[in-house]
Formats: sequence, C-alpha cells, structure tokens
Amino acid sequence: MANRTRRPLWLKFFPKLPRMASEDFDIKYVAHLARLKLSPDEEKNLAAQLSHILGYIAKLKDVDVSGVEPTAHAFPLFNVTRLDEIRPGLSNEEALQNAPATANGLFVVPKIVE
Amino acid sequence: MLNQLTISELTARLARREVSTRQAMQACLDQIQRVDGRVKAFLSYDAADALAQADAADRQITAGTDFKTQPLLGVPIAVKDVLAVKNQPLNCGSKILGKFISPYDATVIERLRAAGAIVFGRLNMDEFAMGSSTENSAFFTTLNPWDTSRIPGGSSGGSAAAVAADECLATLGSDTGGSIRQPAALCGCVGLKPTYGRVSRYGLVAFASSLDQIGPFTKNVHDAAMLLNVISGLDPRDSTSLPQPVPDYAAALDGSVKGLKLGLPKEYRIGGLDPDVKNAVDAAVKHLEKLGVELIDISLPHSDYAVATYYIIATAEASANLARFDGIRYGARVDGSDPVSLYSNTRGAGFGAEVKRRIILGTYVLSSGYYDAYYLRAQKVRTLIRQDFLKAFEQVDAIVSPTTPTAAFKVGEKSADPLQMYLSDIFTISCNLAGICGVSLRCGFTNSSPQLPIGLQLVGHPFGEATILKIAHAYEQTTDWLKRRPVLSA
Repeated sequence: MANRTRRPLWLKFFPKLPRMASEDFDIKYVAHLARLKLSPDEEKNLAAQLSHILGYIAKLKDVDVSGVEPTAHAFPLFNVTRLDEIRPGLSNEEALQNAPATANGLFVVPKIVE
Repeated sequence: MLNQLTISELTARLARREVSTRQAMQACLDQIQRVDGRVKAFLSYDAADALAQADAADRQITAGTDFKTQPLLGVPIAVKDVLAVKNQPLNCGSKILGKFISPYDATVIERLRAAGAIVFGRLNMDEFAMGSSTENSAFFTTLNPWDTSRIPGGSSGGSAAAVAADECLATLGSDTGGSIRQPAALCGCVGLKPTYGRVSRYGLVAFASSLDQIGPFTKNVHDAAMLLNVISGLDPRDSTSLPQPVPDYAAALDGSVKGLKLGLPKEYRIGGLDPDVKNAVDAAVKHLEKLGVELIDISLPHSDYAVATYYIIATAEASANLARFDGIRYGARVDGSDPVSLYSNTRGAGFGAEVKRRIILGTYVLSSGYYDAYYLRAQKVRTLIRQDFLKAFEQVDAIVSPTTPTAAFKVGEKSADPLQMYLSDIFTISCNLAGICGVSLRCGFTNSSPQLPIGLQLVGHPFGEATILKIAHAYEQTTDWLKRRPVLSA
C-alpha cells in the first residue's frame, strides 16, 4: 500500500529512510525497530508471510475514507481521573519478586553510559 | 456428578445443604484427573488451595451466608492464563514471562472472590491471546472435548474446553477479535463478549487495549448472565471502564421475545460457509421467528474490510503493549552486551512465531512513512464499521449470524497459513472494532462423526447485553441441544 505519491511531503527531507512496501518489506529494519532478534530462517519466513498479509490488507485502499474521523476507542472518555488520595500499592519486595536480577532493592540492568 | 451442574443448579443444592462445596470442588478435580490428559485445558492448578477455598466456602454456608449477597458462593471457576490471580503463576501461554507470579488480583478476580467463587487453575491459550486454535501456546495445544483430533478454538481455547469437558462450572476468558465467542462455538458452550468498557480490564495482560474485553464461558445462558452481573461495572483502576449502571442480567432473562427485531446482515451470506453450519443457523433463525422475533434484512456494507482493519489496529496496539516484555522488570532475561541487545535477545528467545509476526506487522504499520497509509486509514475504516452497526441498531434490537464459518477444524489444518487462520474470525471481529457486545450459544451439530457443536452468534447494541441474553435464553429454553455432552472415551 506504500503508494509513493501519497507519502507525506516532509518525508522527502529524509531521503535515507528505508523504503518499504509489500514487495520489498525490509524485515531487518522493522525487527530492529521492534527490538526483536530473528534468525535468518525467521527473517525469510516472516518477510514472505508479511508480504502475503500486507497484500490482503491492501484492500483497505478501496474504501473512501475522505472526511471520516479515525476511531481510537469505541467509547472515548476524556479527563478520567481518580481521587488524589493515598492508596496501598505494591511493596518493594512485591515489585521486585519477578525480576530477573536485583540488588539493594533495585532492578539490575546492563551499563547504559560509559 | 456435581461437576456437570450449572452454577444455579449447584448453588441451589448448596443452599439446601444437600451437598458441600468440598464435594463439588473434588468432583471437578476428579474430572480433571480423568480427562485433562486428553483435553489439556489446564496449564496448572493448585488442588490443595482449591480445596482450602472450598472448605472456607462451606464454613460460610454453615454460618448462614446467603446466596443473594454472594451469588457464586462455592462455585469452582477457572481462569485463562491472561488474568492476574495473586500468588498464582501468569504466563499468557508464553515462555517470555518465565516463572512470573502475580503480585495482585485482577479486578474481575476480586469481584469473583467477593461473590464467593473458588478461583482456581490456569487455562491454556494462544500465546498473548494471538490465535484461533491454542496451537500458538508455548506449552501445548488444547484439544476439543467433542473430538480430540480437533482444536478447541482460540485464543481462549482452554477456557472453552474446560467448561465443555465439565472440568469446572464456568471460566473466564478474554476476547479481542473473537477469542471468547469462537472457542465457545467450537466447544459448544455459551461465551459472552461484553460491550467495551462494561468489564474492567485491570489485571488483564493487554493485547490490543482498544479491543480487549473479559467475559464468561458457561454451560448455559443463565449462568453467563449471573457471571456478567458479578464482573461488570465501573473500576477506577481502568480508565476505559464505563459508569453505566449494571442491571440484573439474570433477572431480565425471562419473558417473551415477541416483537424484538432481529437483523440478518446480507454481507454475512458468504461463500465458504460450511453447509452444516448454514443449515443449523438457518433453522435457529426460523425457530426464533416462531418465538415471535421479527426478522429484518439489514446491511453492514463495510464487513468485507473488518479482518484487514483488525489486523492493522490489533497488531499496532500489540506491538506497543508487548514492548514491556524486555527482560528488565520481570520474566526470562537473555543477556546482551548493551541494553538494546539484551532487549532483542530476550524478546527473540521469549516470543513464539505468531507473536513475532504480529509485533513485526504492528511495528511496520506504525513506522514512519507508513502510519497514515495503514494505521490511520484502518482507524477511519473502523469508524465506518462502527457506524454500520449503529445505523443497523436504529432498525433492530440484535443481529444474528453464525459465530464461525465452520465447526472445529483439525489440529494442524490451518497452522501453516496465518491468513487462513485469521479469516476464521470473520464473523466475530467487527463486534470488537465497533466496541459492542456479542454472545455465542450452541444451535446444533454437524453431520460428521463424531458430531461437532455449531455456534449461533447474537450481537447487541452498546450495553445491549440484556437483550442478546434474553433472546439467547428464549432459544435455549425451547431447544434441547444442551442435553448432549461430549463423550471423552479413552
């Protein structure tokens, strides 16, 4: 469905963005965006299956959506708040009970800055 | 056998002190022992905890607790592995959660407990509720109690199979595109997807937040109404739950359906419908007409776009929701030299094939340059699909269709072709996009051997659960499909 004449205007200022379409689905790029390590076999299978699924999804191009508002929720509610009062929450132990690595009451993560 | 009773039958016998809760719970555990090796509905269950809860319920009954304030007192109910139950495992049918133990109860679990239910067991499902057969479970495939060479449907396949096999009295599942109604149809039980916002999603692991809804699987319509009474209502912890009052759905079941208007969408008369399914549904519609329901031809012009719209919106939301499974705060971690490789390694090892497929698709349709063409366009088509229904409901009180185009298919029959699998949800998916309610109930059997149940779907207007349950109840009371039980011979 990547009809290039319809791509947003601002995109032409980013010529290095990979161009993807159902025909040339860039599986490595999308897997990187999704933080998903795939084996070469998985890459091959997923790219083929997704091209097939995108081919089916392309039928949405036939629908006239001019002037139609998008629906994000069937019953949109706005400014839903609860009372600003203290309620019981998880203890430190409960919050950490499922963590793969902890120390001193904290989650252990790999080094982020040098 | 106590495990075969409906909720209202069991609570009536408990109230008369003819039987104890412990006996009922033990009957369910015995049935699990007897048949679950073949059905494989349960991922795990804690028999000692279930019996301890039963004993506590018996003490309450002895102390005189009345069933009006605790309508589910002593009723064994098992739940899909997608709902948080404090101190019980939660895996979502996936390996990525490792040995996760829930630190709190979902709101629906709190409400079941407050109503007196015994909450036990974790029921199998397609990984992260993505699938129509339970073949995407990281653990094993659940089998259909009516024919164990076939799938039970999905994603809540364990919830449907456990009720059909009388391993408990009722179960909870979740429905994002048909994951309650489709397995209910294929296993021959009652499955209800409430209106979006009717039931709190707090404690439900999110798949597609704008589509997900929790609902019951039961042996008859009255039990579904009883469970809906308990689990419905506003919850401050789910900002999308709606403040609509909760009527007494069970009390509203009786009475004539004469004059109610039932819509027959012309777009649902598709090719590819199994002849047995078509005949059963046609006969059910005729039966409803005899009961006094008025049939009206309607049109839902955008039906053909529902599956495509769904697979953009649901995967987009899933790709965002499943970002939290990154190996940092919970679940199984696969180390990496830096945070990004830790995330990628963890997710690459932890997610199964279908979940990866949907995360990739969802990431793609949200990615820069493709958002407008896919995601935004799908949201607009969603508006048109919703408007189709709202327009139809100006004319009719409910809409009738088959729940699924075929009865239960064979294990492995569709697992190689994801798109074919997606198309098995063709009649259920638009209900989620429109945010309305739907129920599936048994309306006949195929002519195959062994015979397989067929599901009838009734779809109602927003917060129209009382109407569809009333029609379903009237149908059930005047037909005798429920007399048959699956024969689980060794």
